[in-house]
Amino acid sequence: MGKGYSGVRIPFPILAKEALKDTQLRVNLKRATTTIREKRAKVVAEVADWEALRQAGHDIKMTMIAELSNHLQRFEQEFTDAGGTVHWARNSQEACEIVANIAKANKVTEIVKVKSLTTDEISLNEYLEKRGIVAQETDLAELIVQLADEHPSHILVPAIHKNRDQIRDLFMEKIPEASRELTNSPQELAMTARAHLRNKFLSARMAVSGANFAIAESGTLCVVESEGNGRMCLTLPEILVSVVGIEKILPKWNDLEVFLQLLPRSATGERMNPYTSFWTGSGDGAQERHVVLLDNGRVQTLADESGREALACIRCSACMNVCPVYELTGGHTYSSVYPGPIGAIITPQLLGPGEAKTLPFASTLCGACYEVCPVKINIPKILVYLRAKENQANPNEVEKMTMRIAALTLRPRGLKILAQLTKTLAPALSSPAMQKISRYLPISKKWSAFRNIPTARLTKKKPRPL
Amino acid sequence: MRIGLFSTCINSLYFTRTVAATRTVLERLGVEIIQTEQVCCGQMHINSGYPALAKPLVDLVEKNFAECDYIVAPSASCIGSLREHEDRPELVAKCLDLSEFLIDILKVTDVGAIFNHRVTMHTTCHSLRVAKLGDRPLQLLRAVSGIEIIDLPAADSCCGFGGTFSVKNSDVSGAMLQDKMRNIESTGAEYVVSADNSCLMHIGGGLQRDSAKTQVIHLAEILANRG
Repeated sequence: MGKGYSGVRIPFPILAKEALKDTQLRVNLKRATTTIREKRAKVVAEVADWEALRQAGHDIKMTMIAELSNHLQRFEQEFTDAGGTVHWARNSQEACEIVANIAKANKVTEIVKVKSLTTDEISLNEYLEKRGIVAQETDLAELIVQLADEHPSHILVPAIHKNRDQIRDLFMEKIPEASRELTNSPQELAMTARAHLRNKFLSARMAVSGANFAIAESGTLCVVESEGNGRMCLTLPEILVSVVGIEKILPKWNDLEVFLQLLPRSATGERMNPYTSFWTGSGDGAQERHVVLLDNGRVQTLADESGREALACIRCSACMNVCPVYELTGGHTYSSVYPGPIGAIITPQLLGPGEAKTLPFASTLCGACYEVCPVKINIPKILVYLRAKENQANPNEVEKMTMRIAALTLRPRGLKILAQLTKTLAPALSSPAMQKISRYLPISKKWSAFRNIPTARLTKKKPRPL
Repeated sequence: MRIGLFSTCINSLYFTRTVAATRTVLERLGVEIIQTEQVCCGQMHINSGYPALAKPLVDLVEKNFAECDYIVAPSASCIGSLREHEDRPELVAKCLDLSEFLIDILKVTDVGAIFNHRVTMHTTCHSLRVAKLGDRPLQLLRAVSGIEIIDLPAADSCCGFGGTFSVKNSDVSGAMLQDKMRNIESTGAEYVVSADNSCLMHIGGGLQRDSAKTQVIHLAEILANRG
């Protein structure tokens, strides 16, 4: 994993067309998202005040965003007072350099990693690799993706696009210790990965993590995980570097009460996740602690009043699990560490207009994402806002003209004239000949590839009973 | 009570039977409909990223229906879009989908319709999650005599229309449509009914392409039918 998404991004519709051909992918995705979706719905239904919790989560995050600079300074103060070192990074390059320099200063050539989207976002693994430092993913699914030399396709279930048979084959090929009689049983697969990783935990002197939350008032970092491999990384190596997006700040320790309820139920569909690690200053575990506070587009997102709500995201992935577009196309089509509905509003904002311009359009605006978002991010509203922003940055003159004509026509006079026209033309429009021709006309072929021009249902002089 | 019938542009142009049916149902219940000039609600412009082009259209809706206490439309999607204009609270308060007007204002679920057919209902995302109609369309349908309603599997999943999404991401839209059609055809229904002709345009076009037996019909047309 960690294969960064850089360079020219292929438009979503093109990647989606390819992804749709992969029937195995569709089967894998449907099975996995359906399972998580049902688990989530069940545990969310158990919480009587779920809606109030969502609102609280939203409010805390939005207040934090408005007062971010104060909280960041407080965090820096507290983390430093507790014996840690705070670094600031404007972009990927700076963040990667900081991590690499810490490794070099300590003569480290092997790093173990806690599952972290932020380090994927900055393509840390590739950066380190070029400098002779091996970054070993320790989350089971991240390990699978790393072994396969692929990108994660889901923020929480990075290998969601793979099934057990595919993983078994991969382990047989890439893990030398894997038994020749390995089956596709989840337990056997997990044990194979475990044996493979144990040695790495014991030998690595440095770990890299992200953080789910950074508490300003106490200078505490928090990682929420399921496997315990994160805990291993956080406690065994002597040096720990955490790369944290600046929006992960929470003002108060008590705020966790809300988020530690919202996150596991929305993410894995569990009441509580198995491992929640906190660290403040030194003590047990790593003796040298660093945090890299990362901007990488967050400040420009923050400056946009209509789009900034996207920064409230707690990376639970509930939105992608319910998204019908994600379910069919998978995460790779979004060409970003952040796929699905949330990715479609985060990526274009972090990168800036024009860089991921097809993503805000990769949604039917069905609203399923907004309904499940634990911090009530109005994803459809931001999608629509970003569509306008992309249109302004890179206008499609033909489309703009068409829309302008429609806006001038679909008014009382225009509608009357058009209505007369469709009355006359309707039979011809949906005639067998026209259905054939329309598959080749540039104006209609995208529609007619999958559907007929529907028959008009127009009033007759004498409506006949059905 | 002054009621304006907001036809919606696609109904005015291509599905006038739905408009006529809405009128029939309302008049049968003694509602007097004020004469109004029709206009587009601007949803296509807003959702495609041209909000400035929508503004004069919404202004016109507001102006043309200024005399009305309620603006009733046979479209959850257009009503939902109009209600998103938080800066126009008076307009927002007036806009109702047909099913809301019948159930919430007229307090009627049985509109005296007869429809001797097997139907299944596509609940449309916008009626569920934008206009928040709840089960109102289904309540109205259940009160129709002679009707047989068959549950649609995965009823609340999107049909893949999404306005300009259907052409901008036509492959994904087409794949979503396939899933929806498979579910519709599994019910063996003669008709698939919905509160919006926009989804039905897409679903109907797909069903016709497949030479499927199921036809599409708008809720208002069933409610207007008397056998």
